[in-house]
Amino acid sequence: MWTRRRILRTLAVCGAYAALRPSLARAQSRSILTRPIPSTGELLPVVGLGTWITFNVGDDPAARDACTEVMRNFVEAGGRMIDSSPMYGSSQDVIGYGLRKAALAGRVFAADKVWISSGAQGREQIERSRRKWQVSRFDLVQVHNLLNWQEHLPTLFALKAAGQLRYVGITTSEGRRHRDIEQLMRNQPIDFVQVTYNPVDREVEERILPLARDRGIAVIVNRPFREGALVRALARQPLPAWAAEVDCGSWAQLVLKFIVSHPAVTCAIPATTSVAHVRENMNAAYGRLPDAELRQRIVAVVERA
Amino acid sequence: MSEWWTYRLTSFLLFSPRTYYRTIELYNLAIWPAQLAGMAIGVAIVVLLMTSIGQRGRIIAALLAACWLWIAWSFHYQRYAQINWVAPWLAAAFVLQAVLLIVAGVLGGWLVLQPVGSRAFAIATSLVAITVVGYPFLAPLTGRAWTTAEVFGIAPDPTAIATVAVLALVRGRIRWLLLVVPLLWCAATALTLWAMKAPEAVVVVVATLFASWPALRGSRNQIRATEAT
Repeated sequence: MWTRRRILRTLAVCGAYAALRPSLARAQSRSILTRPIPSTGELLPVVGLGTWITFNVGDDPAARDACTEVMRNFVEAGGRMIDSSPMYGSSQDVIGYGLRKAALAGRVFAADKVWISSGAQGREQIERSRRKWQVSRFDLVQVHNLLNWQEHLPTLFALKAAGQLRYVGITTSEGRRHRDIEQLMRNQPIDFVQVTYNPVDREVEERILPLARDRGIAVIVNRPFREGALVRALARQPLPAWAAEVDCGSWAQLVLKFIVSHPAVTCAIPATTSVAHVRENMNAAYGRLPDAELRQRIVAVVERA
Repeated sequence: MSEWWTYRLTSFLLFSPRTYYRTIELYNLAIWPAQLAGMAIGVAIVVLLMTSIGQRGRIIAALLAACWLWIAWSFHYQRYAQINWVAPWLAAAFVLQAVLLIVAGVLGGWLVLQPVGSRAFAIATSLVAITVVGYPFLAPLTGRAWTTAEVFGIAPDPTAIATVAVLALVRGRIRWLLLVVPLLWCAATALTLWAMKAPEAVVVVVATLFASWPALRGSRNQIRATEAT
């Protein structure tokens, strides 16, 4: 029989065991870092998965299976947001293949884009994309690179109002059209904005990230590694010892933690074809984040590389 | 496209080099042994160039048109389009080239080649022969598997280079009309390979310049002859 004394004794034994096995205690308390989507409060893990170039593998069965493994490992590590676009060649088909094969459809936050000059064909393109993903609906659809946002945004808001879409966003990359992005953030009821941000490309720190906080807009960060070039450049020098202060074992993790430690950032979406890399990236969604002083040290060391 | 000056060459690359060559590999495996037919057509064109039979212009045009049509359908439309949404338009351009070759070369009989024995002729014929026999060796020479080899008549790059070499020998202004698509393809593929940091980019540029030389030289001579009269 479980008496009060027995319960207390059992708890004491468990506590002592945990104290003797700190690694076990850490593992049990390890929870993924999340940020709320300001418009709803829904929590999103701070590291997502991009698919630009990496998932455009055509109908190559071996490459499709490799992408499926990347997605499986991403979700098993706690990841949710997968982002794609009709512009990314076969990426949407490959995502759909992986979601079905690994039975992941209900476990991901499906983010896609509309990318077509004709406003009238926007709905049709989104429906084509949805069929390729093989999901019942998208969580988020963004106007890719602001292409004909004048016609696409009303379509997306209508889909959201009809319950066929949960969030609406806009995207840009590599610092393009930031003035237009700002205007839309001020004047349109968007939920998400997607921009490029990393320790080298920090222009968004000046206006767009503060504006996102003010307006309650979630921020997705693309090209965190400058398509791999940043990490390749950093790999020529040893990782600073102080990286361990924020639980980073690699340059990729340090860069990701720099990005997601900005209070306005909701989620970074590195792309990869490697299971080892996706695991490494997802580890950046755990543990401590750099404070302002450490963020400056990261910028300094990256700029020297 | 807004702020076009902020785009780099790599901004337009939709796939990784690994995916590009894997696409060629899967294509090669799917169509084997069509590569042998492609090489046979290439050798036949070299032999025809070195002979002086009356209908060689028409036959060469027909053989080249068949190659361009095959690549349009089998490579661009069925394979390359999986990783590059521009590929259906490339397929259309290759069909256009085949139609031009059929209309101008086969039906019109306007593919009148320079006489055998000139220096331009020797360079062009050698270049076609080297492209047909040697281009597949670029795969192992650049560290790729044999299964990714690009063969004349089957793959667009060696086919376009050899076509430029042949058409540069054609007399009259018709050659410039026939050279538009092959030269545009050579430029496009060189930029793609350059963006992928593939050494084959240099090969394509150098081979295309050599292949175009007889056409440029022919135009210069024509201008001089006009000025003299």
